Amino acid sequence: MSALVELCGIAKGFGSGEARVQALSDITLSVDAGEVVGLRGPSGSGKSTLLNLVACILEPDAGTLRLAGETVWDGRWSRADLRALRREKIGFIFQFHNLLPFLDATDNVALAMTLNRVPLAEARRRARALLDHLQVGKRATAMPAKLSGGEAQRVAIARALANNPRIILADEPTAALDSERAQVVMDLLRQVAREQAAAVIVVTHDDKIFSRFDRLVGLRDGRVETV
Amino acid sequence: MNLALRDIRHNLGRFLLTCVGLGLLLGVALAMVGIYGGVVEEALSLARNMRADLWVVEGGSRGPFAEASRIPGDVREAVARLPGVREAGSLTFQTVEARHAGGPMGVLGGAAPNEEQVRERAGEAGRQRIGAVLRLQVVGYEPDRPGGPPGILEGRGITRGRLELVADRSAGLPLGAVVEMANLRYRVVGISTRAVSTGGDPLAWITLRDSQDLQFRLTPPAARRAQQGGGGALPQDTVNAVIARLSPHADAGAVAAEIRRWKHFSALTGAEQENVLTRSVVDKARKQIGLFTTVLLLVSAVIVALIIYTLTMDKMREIATLKLIGAPDRSIVALVMQQALLLGAVSFTSGTALLLAAKDHFPRRVVLGLAEVSGFGVLVFVICLLASLLGVRYALRIEPAQALGG
Repeated sequence: MSALVELCGIAKGFGSGEARVQALSDITLSVDAGEVVGLRGPSGSGKSTLLNLVACILEPDAGTLRLAGETVWDGRWSRADLRALRREKIGFIFQFHNLLPFLDATDNVALAMTLNRVPLAEARRRARALLDHLQVGKRATAMPAKLSGGEAQRVAIARALANNPRIILADEPTAALDSERAQVVMDLLRQVAREQAAAVIVVTHDDKIFSRFDRLVGLRDGRVETV
Repeated sequence: MNLALRDIRHNLGRFLLTCVGLGLLLGVALAMVGIYGGVVEEALSLARNMRADLWVVEGGSRGPFAEASRIPGDVREAVARLPGVREAGSLTFQTVEARHAGGPMGVLGGAAPNEEQVRERAGEAGRQRIGAVLRLQVVGYEPDRPGGPPGILEGRGITRGRLELVADRSAGLPLGAVVEMANLRYRVVGISTRAVSTGGDPLAWITLRDSQDLQFRLTPPAARRAQQGGGGALPQDTVNAVIARLSPHADAGAVAAEIRRWKHFSALTGAEQENVLTRSVVDKARKQIGLFTTVLLLVSAVIVALIIYTLTMDKMREIATLKLIGAPDRSIVALVMQQALLLGAVSFTSGTALLLAAKDHFPRRVVLGLAEVSGFGVLVFVICLLASLLGVRYALRIEPAQALGG
């Protein structure tokens, strides 16, 4: 399989002089299409920094980052280009789902598509189909505040999948769920990775789901500890 | 998908409550604009109601409204004879605390009382002061000459009757009501279209002779004292101004210049009189209201900015999420600006509606035309637009990374 996420010798630090903190050093990692990779490590190990780098929010100090075959941060990318890359190729799943509270489930999913210039009616039709596929279609018109934790996370997954992204980044997606629902969410991510040939990277502390990853990457003090 | 509208609909109660509060503030600011216009209009209404092309006043004085002016009543004849003058009339002006003595006194069409009846009525009133106090600007004029009421809404104008009065409708006097001034009782025979003094007091017209009595006649004890002291009574044929209306092609400036050559007299054209009224008589009130209006608008701008800023801060996580999932900056800017403009539009509409409903209950006139309201609307639009920049700046500085993590 071809690698959709490739990090080679990535380094990232914050601050300067004596106050400088080296968050990541010499990170080399690749995630293939259809692969679900877990990223674990203690607080301050650099998990979030790594996720922000792959999400093109942070620029690495050194090394190269390739996403879906394109080298990012090579001087050709404007802020708008990076935003377009995120919009078209990356799906995000958050710990607290981050659904927009003023849109119902359907429109939360459809919004991601309309940002990609899909007409609203078509986006809503596709969003409902996606919600049905994720078995939360009956809650299509519910506002986020009325959804249970599991339902909200399924809607968030639907939003992440709205534009058929090649890369899915999930930040502690099961932290707010009980173990049963956490397993269901992980099964969904595995299913999506297979069906869409997407690379899925999940940051997690939840040892109950470690077994659901194709590969588990450990980080400590900004370095890859175990693969 | 309009995110601004969807967000407002989600928090409709809070949004409407904010609009009501801001609407009240904008209503007050708009009321000040209207009061400002009212002060200017009322200042000019007295002079404009006279429809005078020329004001002849005491030499060295700027007219009966800005300064004291006393001239002999027979000046009117001399003015009327000037080339270009079509008609002239003598006028007196005085502010009086009258008393509304209640119900009708006799029938409207009754004959004018003679001197004896006038003295008798004065005696009656002196024995028993009655009724609610009413502040009036009394204009004494010669019936059938310039200076009378601008229009009669009810009843009739003064004919030749003594102790008759035509009152402005804002005085609230009904036809036939009895008004007591300086121990004399006047009967209201007509109600005029709105006309008030520079201070906002309703105008009342009486005959020149009645007004000269009111202004210059001494009370019997004072007259006795003056007589015992060797002084005679003041000449009663004194007026405050003579107004003239000119022929269509006459040059007001030239006629005024001619009168200024006379000893002891001065003349102002209608435009000069209006200038005196707005630049001198109500100048401080005008500036005070103008300044207060400016302060209110600044306060409104600060409050709008704070509201928009707070609304944006409340959506920090949502904006970060939008950025993370790839929403362009223009979507974020539109979200903030559209909410600011909608807030301004709803607040302006509610404030204006409230003011238009309440403006006739204000003690002083509130003048609000389409120009004032639309001008204020544009100002509110600009304020909201500028105020939203603070929220936009905040929104654009939100990092997409803020959507990640707990």
